[in-house]
Amino acid sequence: MSAINESVTNMIHSNRAKAPEEAASTDERVRKISPWRVLLDRPELGSIAGTVLVFVFFGIFAGGSGMFALDGVINWAQVAGYLGIIAVGACLLMIAGEFDLSMGSMIGFAGVMVAIPPMYLGWPLWASVIFAFVGSMALGALNGYLVVRTKLPSFIVTLAFMFILRGLTLVLSTGFANSTIVSGIGDKFTEDPVVSALFQGTTLHWLFSALAGMNLIEKLPSGDPVVAGLPKVLVWWIVMAVAAGFVLARTRFGNWIYTVGGDANAAKNVGVPVRRVKISLFVLTAFCACLFGVLQVADVGSAAADRGLQKEFEAIIAVVIGGTLLTGGFGSVIGACFGALIFGVVQIGISYTNIDSDWYRVFLGGMLLLAVLFNHYIRSRAAATK
Amino acid sequence: MADDYILELDDVSKYFGTVIALQGVTLRLKRGEVHCLLGDNGAGKSTLIKTLAGVHQPSSGAYRVDGEQVRFNSPREALDRGIATVYQDLALVPLMSVARNFFAGREPRRKMFGVIPVIDMNYANETARDKLAEMGIRVRDASQPVGTMSGGERQCLAIARAIHFGAKVLILDEPTAALGVKQSCNVLKLIHNARERGISVIFITHNVHHAYPIADSFTLLNRGQSMGTFAKRDITKEEVLDMMAGGTEIQSLVDELEGRAA
Repeated sequence: MSAINESVTNMIHSNRAKAPEEAASTDERVRKISPWRVLLDRPELGSIAGTVLVFVFFGIFAGGSGMFALDGVINWAQVAGYLGIIAVGACLLMIAGEFDLSMGSMIGFAGVMVAIPPMYLGWPLWASVIFAFVGSMALGALNGYLVVRTKLPSFIVTLAFMFILRGLTLVLSTGFANSTIVSGIGDKFTEDPVVSALFQGTTLHWLFSALAGMNLIEKLPSGDPVVAGLPKVLVWWIVMAVAAGFVLARTRFGNWIYTVGGDANAAKNVGVPVRRVKISLFVLTAFCACLFGVLQVADVGSAAADRGLQKEFEAIIAVVIGGTLLTGGFGSVIGACFGALIFGVVQIGISYTNIDSDWYRVFLGGMLLLAVLFNHYIRSRAAATK
Repeated sequence: MADDYILELDDVSKYFGTVIALQGVTLRLKRGEVHCLLGDNGAGKSTLIKTLAGVHQPSSGAYRVDGEQVRFNSPREALDRGIATVYQDLALVPLMSVARNFFAGREPRRKMFGVIPVIDMNYANETARDKLAEMGIRVRDASQPVGTMSGGERQCLAIARAIHFGAKVLILDEPTAALGVKQSCNVLKLIHNARERGISVIFITHNVHHAYPIADSFTLLNRGQSMGTFAKRDITKEEVLDMMAGGTEIQSLVDELEGRAA
């Protein structure tokens, strides 16, 4: 018996020159993990595979349709960008083990917080934008406070806010504008150089012009590029994703997020401020939803009561496709971004194909189911060993 | 003489409403000894360790650390005095890496580009690996999830973590309860190891076979009361077993099963 153990241990150690002698006990043997297994343990693997899959799919069915021309790319990238911004926030919150179902309603509510004061109360736009961010984040903090205080599932608490905020959005817009749409705010954005620079339109125009000049990207007959610049929403997406990814992977707060989501009781016992972590993440999701709302109002030029409808579910789907566990403690921001990308590609791409776009939701539901099954498999491997 | 004891509970009682969880319990932990706390389910072991750990405050009686009377309002305060408790759930997150678990809540930091505070992962990985190696556990890669470790290894990780963060007194709540023979053996070795480093250990168990080889002294709890503290030289394993509620009952069960019932 011990001879067998020894030979097994020797086999395991054979490729490591200085394996210490005392490691040769069966209980503490060192496992060898193949690079393939290491890759399988990465949370974002499923979403990257999914992204490749949808690109191959649309490459075949919509390859010649202009979907992968520059304007087509910007088109679906923008959809992915909007969703990506809220998916980043939802991702950190879900890793910490909570949900925010009020994100979609927060998008609409932030929109009216931005649009109504300048249109009906005579506020300058910059003040209403700050008001919207502060207001949303305060509501996020309230969400978080209620969740940690009552210990009720965040599912229920934020479900309540999903309805409350959607209702308030409708009440406010019909109350002030006598319509579900608050229009005319687009001009105010154009007039305010700072707010416009931050949230409206596109950027990097010189780069796109230069690329067009070098014939590297398509241009109009006039010589201007077909796409004037990079939409600000994509810049925000990248900034948010890089910042959140960095915080999660490299900082102390990131480690706390994982610990809180993995086991809140354990986190408390090792001295992690569980409540503070959770509340700040609810504030983050509210911030992301508000950013979504402001960018959309700037882009469309109006706020409306139905903005952001069902976005909370799309964000959760993107996060889950990205490999984050519904139970928390495991996940990645990069994965969530790929999840959002899949959304953008499928939602826009399907209209470039001959496929009836009614199939869009069927496709997404299928992706979600596959992702959950895949994640379940990963988790059972990672956690079931005793 | 009081200075010989690092931790003392003197005539401590703890009531929860009408329930008497502990009644006049006295427990003295000598410096550098392994003190076994034995008792059956419901004997008050959990209440006792939670009192020591600062979760509960005694309803009456004195709690002294290094001869100085203390009243801990939170586990954090006990921890600051070097009293670390390893509960049965170990406070480990299976999906997180060994190093991240080891330093959870007390992450080592460095400044990236001189400004951004980030976790010093190299230091965390190396330290976690080295500290576990000192405990006789080899982790090739401290970034592997804790979920891949065995129950015994996890127990050792939790203990190594407590020692690394300056525990002078280790309170181990049934560290061998869920373990197999070999793994229990490793944990017992680890307790011995801790004692060698001058750490005092309170080892809670209801398994005399685990307690007897390692312990220097025993305190037996029964129905919230202490049945006394005994040095190892004064008592045999059988006597310990007998004094625990189970001893006589098991004997009568054996008698009954073998048809010798009175």
